[in-house]
Amino acid sequence: MVRYFAKRLGLMLIALFLIILVTFVIMHAVPGGPFTSDRNLSEEVEAALNAKYHLDDPLPKQFFDYLKGLLHGDFGPSYKFTGKTVNDFIANGFPVSGKLGGITIIFVVLASIPMGILAAVKNGKWQDMVVMAVATIGVTIPSFVIASMLIYIFSFRMGALPSFGLDSWKGYILPVITLGGYSVSYLARQMRSSLLEVMGQDYIRTARAKGLAEPKVIFKHALRNALIPVITVLGPTVANLLTGSFVVEKIFAVPGLGVHFVNSVSMRDYTTIMGVTVFYATFLLAMVFIVDVFYCLIDPRIKYD
Amino acid sequence: MEPILQIENLKTSFMTSNGEVQAVRGVSFSINKGEILGIVGESGSGKSVTSMSILRLLADTAVIKEGSITFEGKNLIDVSKKEMRGIRGEKISMIFQDPMSSLNPLIPVGNQVAEMILEHHPDRKKEDVKKEVLELFSRVRIPEPEKRYKCFPHEFSGGMRQRVMIAMALANKPDLLIADEPTTALDVTIQDQILHQLRELEKEYGTSIIFITHDLGVVAELCDRVIVMYGGLVMEEASIDDIFEKPGHPYTMGLLVSIPDIKQDKSVRLMPIPGSPPDMTNPPKGCPFAPRCPYARKICAQELPEFIELGEGHRTRCFLQYPDAPADEHNPFRR
Repeated sequence: MVRYFAKRLGLMLIALFLIILVTFVIMHAVPGGPFTSDRNLSEEVEAALNAKYHLDDPLPKQFFDYLKGLLHGDFGPSYKFTGKTVNDFIANGFPVSGKLGGITIIFVVLASIPMGILAAVKNGKWQDMVVMAVATIGVTIPSFVIASMLIYIFSFRMGALPSFGLDSWKGYILPVITLGGYSVSYLARQMRSSLLEVMGQDYIRTARAKGLAEPKVIFKHALRNALIPVITVLGPTVANLLTGSFVVEKIFAVPGLGVHFVNSVSMRDYTTIMGVTVFYATFLLAMVFIVDVFYCLIDPRIKYD
Repeated sequence: MEPILQIENLKTSFMTSNGEVQAVRGVSFSINKGEILGIVGESGSGKSVTSMSILRLLADTAVIKEGSITFEGKNLIDVSKKEMRGIRGEKISMIFQDPMSSLNPLIPVGNQVAEMILEHHPDRKKEDVKKEVLELFSRVRIPEPEKRYKCFPHEFSGGMRQRVMIAMALANKPDLLIADEPTTALDVTIQDQILHQLRELEKEYGTSIIFITHDLGVVAELCDRVIVMYGGLVMEEASIDDIFEKPGHPYTMGLLVSIPDIKQDKSVRLMPIPGSPPDMTNPPKGCPFAPRCPYARKICAQELPEFIELGEGHRTRCFLQYPDAPADEHNPFRR
C-alpha cells in the first residue's frame, strides 16, 4: 500500500512536469509576447525589457530557470503588473476563490446527493421528474445566463440580494448558486443513475429478504456502493471549484484567482499563465490522489499492491 | 399433516412495455412441516416468480393478480408491509442463485449475518449475537469462523459465500426456507456438500424447504416431493419415487430422458426437448407444452387440461391421462 502511494506520488510529479513543459512550449509558440502591445514600444525599449526578464535567453534556459524558481516556490514576477509577483496573485486571490469554492462544494454535496437519492428512490414518479428537470436545466444552461437571471430576479426585481461583492453572507448566495449549478446537476444525475444501478443488485434483494425496512436498505446497503462513482467525479469538481471561475468572478466582481486564468493568456503574462496553470494542476492531481485514498477507505475490494 | 404454507391459484404478472407478461398463471400447492419440496422447470417456467411472490420480493413492475398464499393463518398477499418485513428472514428466509453477487461487497460477512439476527431481535446483546454467528459459521462448515467473521465477500469462494448465505438464512431458525437454485452457480463437488448441508439442517431444525432447480438429479438427492412447472403452470405433482418411476406428463418424461447418464453408451445421443418455452405475453390457449409435445393431439392446443389424480399425492395436467383418452401406440401412458 505504502509502496503504491509512493509510486503514485512519483507519477504525479512526472505528470506535473509534463504539464509545465507542454504549457511552457505552447505559451511561447503563441504569437506575441508580454511586451508586444498596441502602444508600439521602440525596439530598444522592448529589447531592454526582454533582457531584464531574460526573455532573450534561449527557450531551454528560460525553462530550466523557471523550474529552478518553482523548486523554491517562486512563481516569478508578473510581466504586466510591475512590482507584483505571481505569488502575490495567488496569495491574494486563492483565499477569496477558495472560500467561495469551499462554500460551493458544501452546497453542491448537500444538494446533489439528496437530490440524486430522492430521484432514484422515487424513480419514474413526479419527484424524479422535478429533480431531473432541474438537473437538465443546470447542465445545459451556461453559468453566465443563470447568473444574469439570478441577478435580474433577486437583485434587480426583488432587491433582496447584492449583485456583486462578497461583503456579507448574502453576497455569497448568488455566486455559490451560479458556480455550483452545473456540478449540483451533474452530480445529482450521477448519484441517481448510480443508486438505481445498485438498487437492482442481488445484494439489495438479500437485504430486503432479511426483512430490512426500505430506508435501511438504501442507507446501509445501497448508498455506500452507489457513492463510489460519485466520489470519482467529485474529486476534479473540488479542484475546479476551489481554484475559482473566470465567469462567476467576473460577473459578481469577486477578486479571486479565476480572473487570472483568462486575462493572463490574453495579456501574454507568461509567468502568470504558468503560475495559475501549475497551481491548478497541482490541485487537480492532489484531488485525484485523494479520491484514490477514499476508494481504499470505502471499498475493501480495492487494494493497491 | 398440517401444511405450513398453502398457495392457492396464484397469478403473478409483469407489466412491461410489450404488454402483460403472465409469468405465473394459477399455481396451487402446499408444503408440509419438515418437508423438502422441489420445484422443477426450465428458465421462464415461473418457478422463481412463484417463490418471490411468497415473500413479495418481486420488482415494482410485478403484480400479484389473483390467488392466496396462506402462512400461519394469514394471506401473505394482504398483510401490511411492516408485517411482511417481520416475516422475511424471521419466519421465511431465502437463499438465492448467485452467491457471488448476493452479499454486500462493502460489509464484512459476519456483520451481514449478525444484521439478520439484530433486525428481528434488536434487544440481543452484540457479543451474544456474534457468538451465535460464529456458531452458525461452524455449523455450515466455514473453517476458522473467528478469522472469517471480519472477512469481506470478495475474499470468499463461491461455495463459501453460499455457506454464508445459508448461515444467514438459518440465523433465526425460520419455519420455511426458500432456496432458489442455490447450487446452480457452483462446482459439482461444492454443490454436493451444500445439498448435504441443507439436508442436515432440515433434520436438525425441522425447517421446511422449497428447493427450486432445473436439475432433476439434485431433486432426486434432496427432495421428498416435486412440482414440475411449465409455462407458468404446475404440470405435475408427485412424490420423489413416483416422478422417477412413473412420470405422468410428457414434459416430465422429456426432462428425465434429457438427464445425461454416466453409465450410458456413448453412442446413444442425449434426448433434448425440441423447441423453446412459450411466449408469456401471449400464452397458448391449450396446454403450454403442446407445441413441443411429441404426443400432442388436436385438443391439446385448444383446451387446457384439468388436473387428474394418478395416485395418492400424484396429479398431472395431461389429456393423455384422461380415462377417455385413446389407448394406442401414440399414447405413452396407455400403450
